[in-house]
Amino acid sequence: MTRSLSDARATGSLWCAVALRSYRRHSTYRVATLAGVVTNIAFGVISSYVFVTLWGQRPHLGGYDVVDAVTFTWIAQALLMPVAVWGGGFQEDFTERIRSGDIAIDLYRPTGLVPWWLASDLGRASFHFLARATPMIVAGALLFRLHYPPNPQRWAAFAVAAYLAVFVSFGLRFLVSLTAFWLLDSRGAEGIAAVLGIFCSGLVLPLVVFPSGLRQLLLHLPWAALVQTPADVWLGKTGGVVGTVSALGLELLWGLALLAAAYAVLRRANRRVVVQGG
Amino acid sequence: MQSFGAPTAVWWCRVADIVQGVRAYLLLAGMWVRATMTYRASFAMMTLSQFLVTFIDFAAILVMFSHVDSLGGFDLAEMALLYAASSLALGLADLLVGNCERLGRDVRSGSFDVMLIRPVPALVQVATNAFSLRRLGRIAQSAVVLGWSLGTLHIDWSPARVAMLLLSGVCGVLIFSAVFVLGGAFQFWAQDSAEVANAFTYGGNYLTQYPLSIYPGDVVKAVTFIVPVAFVNWYPLLYVLGRSVPGAMPDVLRFAAPVVAVVMCAVALLVWRRGLRRYQSTGS
Repeated sequence: MTRSLSDARATGSLWCAVALRSYRRHSTYRVATLAGVVTNIAFGVISSYVFVTLWGQRPHLGGYDVVDAVTFTWIAQALLMPVAVWGGGFQEDFTERIRSGDIAIDLYRPTGLVPWWLASDLGRASFHFLARATPMIVAGALLFRLHYPPNPQRWAAFAVAAYLAVFVSFGLRFLVSLTAFWLLDSRGAEGIAAVLGIFCSGLVLPLVVFPSGLRQLLLHLPWAALVQTPADVWLGKTGGVVGTVSALGLELLWGLALLAAAYAVLRRANRRVVVQGG
Repeated sequence: MQSFGAPTAVWWCRVADIVQGVRAYLLLAGMWVRATMTYRASFAMMTLSQFLVTFIDFAAILVMFSHVDSLGGFDLAEMALLYAASSLALGLADLLVGNCERLGRDVRSGSFDVMLIRPVPALVQVATNAFSLRRLGRIAQSAVVLGWSLGTLHIDWSPARVAMLLLSGVCGVLIFSAVFVLGGAFQFWAQDSAEVANAFTYGGNYLTQYPLSIYPGDVVKAVTFIVPVAFVNWYPLLYVLGRSVPGAMPDVLRFAAPVVAVVMCAVALLVWRRGLRRYQSTGS
């Protein structure tokens, strides 16, 4: 009993250590972070003017007013990096290890492969929330009029939604990277995944303005959890407490389902490990 | 005393250099094409994803036009023309010199030092490094939209308009190429700044997909005089569409794209040279 408890504590602190080091690693890329923020702001500004024009002509499109739409675009640009909507984060390192065969070493380590990379990705995301997302919201607030969550509960709900977005995104990206076991070069699959991520998450255009059939479908797919759901929680479009909790619940459900799928695929992939060289 | 009439030996050497550079470019690019063909499934998916990823922007425009008939005073076919011209120019520039945006990585890893001791211009090597035909995905997609747009629009074609359309394409490629090279050269000073260049290349492409009439005057001024991506499609195509320039800008700008393209290329090459001259290895 005490043994398993201390084991659990040790494992817990291991994942915390992995996450913390990943956070620190990403915090060393200062110029790159600044460069990225500048680029995201440029896209945010352009997109804002497009939405101002569109909502100027159709003031209540998709149940959003023009300020909602502009707020949406800044939230989307803010979440882009932390949530890794079009892929990235741990993927580059991970797929390179699969390709080179180094993954064989990882597989006989006494730590689980999935939680290791999940912890590392959560560490990265935490840094990006601080250094990439926050400046975006500040920039959006300085340049345009935005809507903000009216009370601490909604801010908290948004924070939960944003971390769940990272969790869902991790599941999607991990599955995509696992294709490297079969294809060796997973960049093609990553490209297709990026397309789905950009289009189906609401990043370029809020899902609420899509034609109704497509909108209903997309709102229930995992990609909606990446941008649309957190933004709707921020904007208060999820309804009252029940609506918000069920929106967060759907995110969690997709995250867990994808994680289960990742474990299942990983079991099959283990049989395909090729150790090259020697 | 040097004669000014006949081409001098120096001049001939320079021509020979350019021919050599182009030859090296083609050789290196061909080598990379063969290399990427090793992983065929991945290559096919990458090209398809490039096709689709660029289609997303147009899909977004289509969704918008399911709610409105015009945006900023331009209908769908006109916007498709603006969109396709900008994307095609960016796609071709990306194919030719887009790899410059990865200069910082080559500098960090030290592989740029290796390029400097080879008897081929560094710019050619950087541009062709990991040259990839998957970029044809974007080009193919914009070509399809361009074809649809030209088939749908009722343009009163004259030789001048056809010439302007073609000229617009060439100038667009040159302007975006210059921006790519500038973005690369900037990394001689700030190695990790690759993403800033994206704001001007992909950002410039995103901005010019829409009619500039939807942006405030200051934004239009910035993309006319500071980072002149407005000349990639907006000004020349206004002439093709038979429109005058909306807002405060003079109509004569519709004919200025070639001048802008030449100036941009000259500036890009100069900045590249300065960057190269002050380059010191990372030393690690």
